[in-house]
Parts: sequence; structure tokens; C-alpha cells
Amino acid sequence: MRARNYFVGAAFALLAGGMAHSALAQDIKIGEINSYSLLPSFTEPYRKGWQLAVEEINAAGGINGKKLVVISKDDGGKPADAQTAANELVSSEGVAMLTGTFLSNIGLAVSDFANQKKVFFLAAEPLTDAVTWSKGNKYTFRLRPSNYMQAAMLVEAAAKLPAKRWATIAPNYEYGQSAVGVFKKLMSEKRPDIQWVDEQWPPQGKIDAGPVVQAVAAANPEAILNVTFGPDLVKLVREGNTRGLFKGREVVSFLTGEPEYLDPLKDETPEGWIVTGYPWYSIKTPEHDAFLKAYQAKYNDYPRLGSIVGYQTIKAAAAIIAKAGSTDTDKMIAAAEGLSMPSPFGEITFRKIDHQSTLGAYLGKTAQKDGKGVMVDSAYKKGSDYLPSDAEVEKLRPRD
Amino acid sequence: MSVAPPLLAVEGLTKSYGGIHAVRGVSFSLRAGEILALIGPNGAGKSTCFDMLNGQNRPDSGQVRLLGEETTGKKPREIWRLGVGRTFQITATFATMTVRENVQVALISHEKQLFNLWGSAPNFDRGEAGRLLELVGMGGYADRPCGELAYGDLKRLELAVALANEPRLLLMDEPTAGMAPRERVDLMRLTARIAREKSIGVLFTEHDMDVVFEHADRIIVLNRGTLIAEGSPAEVRGNPQVQAVYLGEGLVYDSRHREGTSA
Amino acid sequence: MAFYVVQFLTGLASAASLFLVASGLSIIFGVTRIVNFAHGAFYMIGAYIAFTLTERFSGAFGFWGGVVMAAIAVALIGVIVEMVLLRRIYHAPELFQLLGTFGLTLMVEDLVVLIWGPDDLVGRRAPGFKGAVDFFGQNIPSYDLFLIVLGPVVLGILWLLFQRTRWGVLVRAATQDRDMVAALGVNQKWLFTSVFAVGVFLAALGGALQIPRDAVHHAMDLRIIVEVFVVVVIGGLGSIVGAFVAAVLVSELNAFGILIFPKISIILVFLVMAVVLIVRPWGLFGKPEAAARKTPGLTVNPWRPLTSNERLAALAALVVAAMLPLFAGNYALTVGSEIAIFVIFAVSLHFLMSVGGLASFGHAAYFGLGAYGVAFLAKMAGLPMIVCLLLGPLLGCMGAAVFGFFAVQLSGVYFAMLTLAFAQIVWSIAFQWVSVTGGDNGILGIWPEKWAASPSHFYWLALGVAALVTIALRVAVFSPFGYALRATRDSALRSEAVGINAKRIQWTAFVIAGTTAGIGGALFAYLKGSVFPDNLGISLSVDALVMVLLGGVETVSGGVIGAIVYKALNIWLVSQTDLSKLVLGGFIVLIVVVLPKGIVGMLEMLAQRRRKASPPGSSLLAKPIESAE
Repeated sequence: MRARNYFVGAAFALLAGGMAHSALAQDIKIGEINSYSLLPSFTEPYRKGWQLAVEEINAAGGINGKKLVVISKDDGGKPADAQTAANELVSSEGVAMLTGTFLSNIGLAVSDFANQKKVFFLAAEPLTDAVTWSKGNKYTFRLRPSNYMQAAMLVEAAAKLPAKRWATIAPNYEYGQSAVGVFKKLMSEKRPDIQWVDEQWPPQGKIDAGPVVQAVAAANPEAILNVTFGPDLVKLVREGNTRGLFKGREVVSFLTGEPEYLDPLKDETPEGWIVTGYPWYSIKTPEHDAFLKAYQAKYNDYPRLGSIVGYQTIKAAAAIIAKAGSTDTDKMIAAAEGLSMPSPFGEITFRKIDHQSTLGAYLGKTAQKDGKGVMVDSAYKKGSDYLPSDAEVEKLRPRD
Repeated sequence: MSVAPPLLAVEGLTKSYGGIHAVRGVSFSLRAGEILALIGPNGAGKSTCFDMLNGQNRPDSGQVRLLGEETTGKKPREIWRLGVGRTFQITATFATMTVRENVQVALISHEKQLFNLWGSAPNFDRGEAGRLLELVGMGGYADRPCGELAYGDLKRLELAVALANEPRLLLMDEPTAGMAPRERVDLMRLTARIAREKSIGVLFTEHDMDVVFEHADRIIVLNRGTLIAEGSPAEVRGNPQVQAVYLGEGLVYDSRHREGTSA
Repeated sequence: MAFYVVQFLTGLASAASLFLVASGLSIIFGVTRIVNFAHGAFYMIGAYIAFTLTERFSGAFGFWGGVVMAAIAVALIGVIVEMVLLRRIYHAPELFQLLGTFGLTLMVEDLVVLIWGPDDLVGRRAPGFKGAVDFFGQNIPSYDLFLIVLGPVVLGILWLLFQRTRWGVLVRAATQDRDMVAALGVNQKWLFTSVFAVGVFLAALGGALQIPRDAVHHAMDLRIIVEVFVVVVIGGLGSIVGAFVAAVLVSELNAFGILIFPKISIILVFLVMAVVLIVRPWGLFGKPEAAARKTPGLTVNPWRPLTSNERLAALAALVVAAMLPLFAGNYALTVGSEIAIFVIFAVSLHFLMSVGGLASFGHAAYFGLGAYGVAFLAKMAGLPMIVCLLLGPLLGCMGAAVFGFFAVQLSGVYFAMLTLAFAQIVWSIAFQWVSVTGGDNGILGIWPEKWAASPSHFYWLALGVAALVTIALRVAVFSPFGYALRATRDSALRSEAVGINAKRIQWTAFVIAGTTAGIGGALFAYLKGSVFPDNLGISLSVDALVMVLLGGVETVSGGVIGAIVYKALNIWLVSQTDLSKLVLGGFIVLIVVVLPKGIVGMLEMLAQRRRKASPPGSSLLAKPIESAE
């Protein structure tokens, strides 16, 4: 028995060495949950981002003089485990607020937990519109531009294309379904003349790309909307390139310009796709320069979009607590509503009406440069320009 | 005794596999308390015939009647419910259960308590189970896991299980296969005693001619799917046709060198 | 017309890669009877190593050499795994090997990220097969054509190997009857090792050949493993030709199915498997499984009800558990509730698996149905909590009644796979029927009412129900029904011969187990305040299997202990480290090697050794074990 304890203990010392946290009573603790083991390609840069933020905040004297400590938990991609982690952070660690999450269903699960337990929750990444609208609640705020916002940005560019026959390819789950749904709706409003000629719904992570590409090609669309990402995107692009699917067709694609998804494509990056993303190499603003320099100095690596999300999440959390002057949940909510703050992408505001931040995204076209995928002709799209009117939002969101 | 109605009546039993007649027009009957041996060389159709009696195999034509009731094509469990106990050539027992539990399962089934979720099975008919085990000389083994038993003991356990539903008829497929000579005699003596005491009819197939001629009241002989002889041991022994069949195989009344082919 | 031809060829190319991996799994299962959960992990390592090699060595030789070298390297890893791990557990209870290979899979998923980093890796295209071939205006990737040819070539090579070599003859003989081969004096150890190596080689080759079409990443294994199992089962276990036909069937149905139902991919293979198994219980090319000869070693410890002392001890343990709220905080209590719920889940599967001998690979379906039952009643009908808790599990009960009816017609691995298929069908309904179930975003806001809302109250509720359920199932084990169920497990022949309708007994057990799992699910919905398709997913079904096996499948109380140990460890590890899978997997492998009878099984053996100075050394008991060594 003792031997096994020793073994397990040694394993932990080895594995969890970097995670040791020694929080003092007067520190401000923030609980952070993400799918570290399931989605390392996003969450590793994300973790680096928030660690940089913590370092900067504490170097600048902490929050109102108190040291900031972030306690981070893995949810393994399971909503139930995320709730266990949330519970531990709140009940056992006594954190002031919860932050993080990537997957939409986990975001919603933690949001529901926050609502039930009356805990402040700042959702970092989950894109589903439900987080701030249909299932929005008093305690939940979100940083990233939602599905709706990204779709609206893409539609703005897509509507200008001459293409009339459109096909869609999206992973078969809520994210894919709602991305396609919003895109179609907004697109059809602007361009009543277009036709939707085919839709493909490969299972997330299990695309059988050859038949899907063939099926789309058979419908002979003039333009394609893609919502797949990660390994599915790689397979789709490879099959599509080889089979000539993208030749002479416009492609509009969610998230593909994010380094997490664009970089693996290397010399197979398709040219001229209209995408949302993060062209860190071509953003020339003082805010971003400062972030980029600090990040590269600390990690000797370039940032991914996850880095921005992680960094800004903790920065926002700190700003909220600083403004509230306390870790009382109601005071933090009051402080967060309407809070404006700087970010590497420029100033952002947490809207009072639906708790959505106005963080935007970059819209541009894909291209190849030295055998690598890049975004060109990119421009920042402010989140505030791509949200529906307040009257509409009020209809979408249940009253607190 | 001769006036008693037949316990088992078989008429015109026929079965063929892909054009080959495994069993052809076999008819015989069995009285209560009688011990009937079914013999024949390898491939004579004994097993096919046996399986049609116990429900594992459906005849192409012909009839099986048990106490006047038609059982042709019935499932083994339905035939068991009519009062037929059986043992297998290779023993089939509940290996992870104790000897007593093996018997208790049969008793539970007999008393239609199979879907009783609340009662205590360890105490179920404990006395009756003990009596059955005593009867076959296994009383001292009641708490032993069945998987630990020697082969001869398993055969005796099977007999106890087969007796649990107070059967009128016992079907025993090569009851002494794989046993030592000493054990064979013991088992068959025990079977014969029980059969006579309880007036149970016994039908058994057997390779060991010593066992057959010592214990059977009557013998029927199959060859190539047809019944070629029927009668008392003495009659069958003297039957030239039977002699020819067995001489042809060079196996007259000598079973010892066949040992170990089963099991 | 050209389009349909090309779509057909595309389907064939997908089939080829599926077949490579499936054939390896089929061979391994056929000979060793190991349900090799790690097959997907070997596939993934094959892809990773091939990536490294093909990146380092350029040119045609570098690429093809790299692919083959990677497969060989992984085959060597397979040999080590077989010799170090599997050899020790061939005689452990059925499916225990599943636990060992599951542990390995967990470890590998974390290890590849540690070694190759978190990013998705995209490898080179195959030299000479980069472009496409024009076919009446349609493009077919030349690499697809290569795969289309490769599939039958591999099939042919395997056929020759099995028909024309002595090794092949032995492998076929072993597939038919393992004990016979052992009796013939063949060195079974090396036969098994070589078979395992060949199987792993094929898996790794399948992985390596994905380099030009796929991204290499740490979840590749899960993506393929279930699908491959399904293909093997549709084809018939141990049949290489069957695996090939099934791979073609599944791939073509998918290629053409998406033209009509674009959303069909998510469920197609499971639908096909369910239909095939209902119509042909042993797959397309399979033969009825020879009745497994029970290892007599199983029987050393007959089950018995607890003695009065043991009852007191169990009661004392329950009382101690009930006092937890006196000194533990809210988090510990919530974890305690979760563990209690998983005890319910585990004992329900344990009842089916240990007592009934029916290992369900889809038990989460009934857990999840119970949870959804509560969610529907609470959210749509607005019923009070106590009513929901009582009625919610009925959905699990109904699901078990319907699916169980078909499942119990089969046995062994086919039973397991049919339950898996049903679970996946239920899962995909929950996943797809967004208007009713909310899809993957689930149903939220199912929180307990005031009387049960505080963590301590909910803990008492969960603990109380868990205790009741455990006691009830224990009573059932030692009821006449329990004996009948064990009888059907031990010998189908004998139970039929004593008048037992085995299918009806097993069906009843299935419904009992499903309803009980539903009770666990109902509590789980209130614990988490929400229900997601995850609650009926494969990983939860696997968790249940692991809990039962860990506790000890041959024991009466293994489910309880297994659930407590596994769940507590899992929650603790996930909370402590991002590498929880590596540590948990390592722990499971260690348990498998050190305690091959599970935790409770080992405790019982120790206790028995103390009681009896010498074990009952009947010759029959020891013989088959030694002869198989």
C-alpha cells in the first residue's frame, strides 16, 4: 500500500508539478475550467495566454493590491465533469468567479450551474448563441464573438459574391447546425435570389471526406459554406483539393483563419477562402504589438487565437473585480455590465443588455506564403457592429 | 407388468440431413420401471434419435408420445415439465454453483419459482435437495463448488438433478462415458435401483456393452438409421444381424479399448 | 453515371482503410479472444510514428519505407504489450483483457500529446499518388485508387498466409478450438504473440496510410475503434473475408446514404449492425460461437449471502458513510453523491454481467434514459421531484424491455455489440432530435427541490437509494430468480434441460438492470441539474464496464467497490492533473497485472487462503489452466 502511494505520489509530483498553487487567504482566486485533455491544440495556447495575463496583473500590483491566483481544472470535454470541477472550485476552493470553457454544451452546463448557485461566470470561448440569448442568465457573461456575430461578419462579405447556388458542409451538432442556420437566415435576408442546393452533415471528428466532397460537387454549387474545423477540416481540404471541389467556387468558412486550424494545412492551404480568424502576423496596432511582444518573450512561440482568448478572459475578470472593488457576486455583475476595457484587438465592452462582449474578429482571405497558410486582406470587425438591435435581443433573452 | 400402458411410445421416427437418412422409421416403446438400452455402432443414428426424444431436434416425420401426450417437436424445457429427466454425454452442470445449488435450481424450476425475486434461494427446499444428493451418494459434497468435482461425481450430480422433478422417464445419453470401470458399475447399479424403486422408465444409449448387458431389461439396436433388433439381452446377443453389424466393426462386446474417445 | 461510379470508388477507398484495421482486430479476437480496446491506440501510434519518419526521410523511399517501418515498430510495441501485459491475463475472467487494453488506450492518448505536442499534424502526400485521375470529368484521387487496390491485396496476402503456411493453419485451428491446439503441443505462447503482432501491424499500417489524407491527432483512436469493432462484428468475428465485406458494405452505404440523408453518417454503422445481428446473430460470415468452456478456476469461491457479522460490518460502513455530512464540506458531499449514483449504475451492470453473464457495452443507454425521463417530466410536465424520481427510471425500463428482448437472443460478444448498437441509436436520437432533447446542448435547469437541494440532503438521498438498490439486487442474487439467472449463465444446455426458459430469465434480468441504471440516471439528472447526450454515450458505458471489472466480475459486491474506487480516483485525478488519463490508465494496467481478479476478487482469495491452509487441489481444477500456459 505504501509503495503504491509512493508511486502515485511520485507520478503527481512529476506531472502536476507546474500546477501547484498556494493561495493565501487574502488572495483573489479565480476558477478556470477548460477541455485541456480533449482539445490541447486550442487549450495549450489558451493556458499560456491566461498565465501571461496573471503574470502581468500581479507584476502591476495585483487587483486592488491583492494577488490574483487562477485555479485551473480540466473538464475532459464532458459537461458532467465540468460541473464537478465548478463545484469544487466554488465549494472547496472558494473562488470569486468561474471562467473558461470551450465547448458550447459545457459552457451552457457551467452557465446553468452559475445561475443555480448564484456564481459569476465569464464564458471564454463557447460560441453558441444560447449562452447569452435563449438560455442567458444574470450571472453569465461571454467574451468571444458568438456564432451569430461570426455568421454576420461572413455574410457581409458573402452577400457581395455573385454566387447564387450555395452548398453547406457543417459538423453534425449544435454548433454546426446553428452556424448554418444563422448564416442561411442572414444570407437569405440580404440575397433573396440565392438557392441552397446541398447540405452535408458529417459527424464531428469523423468526416468521411471523399464521399462528402463528391456529394457536394455533384450538386454543382457556385459557393460553399464550411463550418468544419480541426482534423475534419484537414481531411475536407485535402480531398477537396485533390478532387478539384474548390476550383472556380467561392468558399466561405467559419474560424478557418485561426492559426489553430490554418497552420496545420501548410502548403495545402486553399487560396481565397473568406474566413474569420486571427492573423497575428499582420496586425499592426499598439495594443496587439504589446501583447505579441510579451507573449513571444515569455514563450518563444507565436500566439494562437486561444492565447488571445485566455489572455483577455483573465484580464477581463481582473478588470471586473477591480471595478467592483469586491468579490461579491452582485457587485461584480453590476461592475461588468457596461464595462469597457482595452484588449489586444482594441477596446471592448460587456453589453448590459445581454452580457456579450463586443470583442470582434478578423475577416480576410486565405493564401499561401512560403508554404504556409496565412490570412491576407484582413480587417478587424468590431463585434458591436454585428449584433441585432436591442429590441430583437430583448425578445431573444429571457428576463432575469 | 405387461398390462401397464407404455410410458413412452415412439412411432415411425424419421430424420434426414441433406438426403442422408439419419433415422428411418424407428418405432419402439418403454414401460414404467423398465430400463431400455439403445445401442448401435458409430453413426447408427443413436444420437439423432435421442435428440428427437428430448426435444433438441425435430423429426421430419413420426411421433413421440409420453404418457399418451404428443411431445413431437416440443422444446426440451417443455418435455422436462412433462416429467422427463435427462443426463448428458458430456456433463452439463452449473459450474460456478455448489452441488446443492445445482439441485436447488432444478427444484426451483420444478416448483415454478423461477421468477421469485424475493425468496431465499439458499434455503429453498434444502431438505429435498439434501435427500436427492443422499440418494445418489453425494450428501457429503453438498457445499463443494461443482467445478471442483471429479468426473464421476459430476455424473452422479447430474442424476440427482435429473431426479429433481420427480420424473417418470429418464433419458441418459452415454451415462458412463469417460468414467473408470468401477464407477460405471456403481452408477448404473444406482440408476437401476432408483428406477425400480420409483418405477421410473429409463432409456439410455451406451457404448460399453458390459454396462448394457448387465443393466438393461431390454435392448434395441440401430444400424444405419433403422431398427434391426429388439429384445432381451439374451435375444439380442444371439441375433445374427446384430453380430454381423458389430463383428463388421470388430467391436464385439468389448468396450475397453474405446475408452477416452468421449469426454 | 460517372458520378455514381466515382462515388462507389470513393466508398471502396474508405472501405480499404477500414478493412486494414478491422482485419487485425478480427485476427486477434479470433485466436486470443481478446477484445482489444487498444487497437485504435496502435492505429494512432502507427500514424504518429509514420508522421515522424516520413517527415525526416524524404522521397519515395523515405515515405513508403517510413510507413512500413512505422508499422513494424508498432508491431514490436505490440509484442511487448502482449508479453508483459496480456500474457498474464489470458486466464482472467472474460473481458478482463478489455480492462487492460482500455487502460493502455487511456495512457496512449496522453502520451502522444506529451511526445508529439498538442497540435494537429498534417503529413506529406504519398509520392507518386499526389494528384487525381480524370474519370469522365470526375476526379478520383490516385491515392484512393492505390487504397482500392491495397485492400484486396492485403486480403489476398492474409488468405495465403492462413491457407498456405503452417502458421496460418495453426491460427485457423486456434480460432476454431484453442484448447485443441494446446493439446496438440503447439507452443501457444508464441502463437498468440505472433498473432497479436500481425494484428497490431495491420492496425498500425492502417494508421500510417492515413498520413496523406488525414491529420494526425490524439483522438484518432476513438474515432476508429468503435467503427472497427462494428465492422468486425457485422462481418462475423474471426472472419477476414467477413471484415472485408462488412467494410465495403458500411462504406458504400455511407457514401450513397449521405446523398439522400446527409445526417445519416452519425448512426449508419450502428443501424447496419443492429439489423445484421437481429437477422444473422453471428454476423455475415461468422459461425455460432462454440460454447465457451468455463475455466474451472472460476469456481473457487462459491457465492454466499453475507454472514451476520458481515452484515453488521456493511451496516457500520453505511452508517459511517451517512455521517459524512457531519465533517465534510459541500464539495466532498457532492462528490459523495456522484459516487453513490455510480454505485447504483455499476451494481445494475454488475447484476447483468456477473450474475447473468451478459456483458452489456451499452448500459449507459438506460442510465441516460432514466436521466432524460426525469428531464422530460420535470421540464415539460413540470412534475414534482419525487414523482420524477419515481417515474423517470421507467423510461430506462421501457428502453431495456424493447432492446433487451432482441439483445438476449444473442450471447457473448455479439450480445455486447448489439447492446452497443442500441445505445448508440438512443444516443443519436438524443443528439439529433434537437426540438425535444435539445441536442448536444442538452436540457438544463433540472435542479432538486428545496428538501433535497442542500448538498447534505442530496447526499443522504443518493446514499439511501444506493444502499436500497444494492440491497435489493443482493436479495435478487440470492433469490430463486438469481439462481435461475446464474444457471442460464453457467450452462444453457442444462438450464433448458431443467425447464428454464433462459431467454425470458435473461430478458427479465435485462429489464431489472436497465431500470436500476435508470434510477441512477434519474438521480444524476438532479445532481447535475442538466442532461446531455453524454449521459448515454459510449464512454459512460465503458466506465461502467471498467467499474465492474475493477471490482471483480466474479464477486457479488465487486460493483460497489469498483464504482467507489474508480469514480473517486477519476474525480480526484481529473481535479489534480491534466494528465489524468495517463495516471488512471497506468493505475488500471497495474490493477490488471497485480489483481487479475479485481479488487474484491483478490480480497476474497486472500481471505479464503487464510481460511484454508491448502487450496482444494483437485487435478481437474488445475489441468486446463496449466495446459493452456
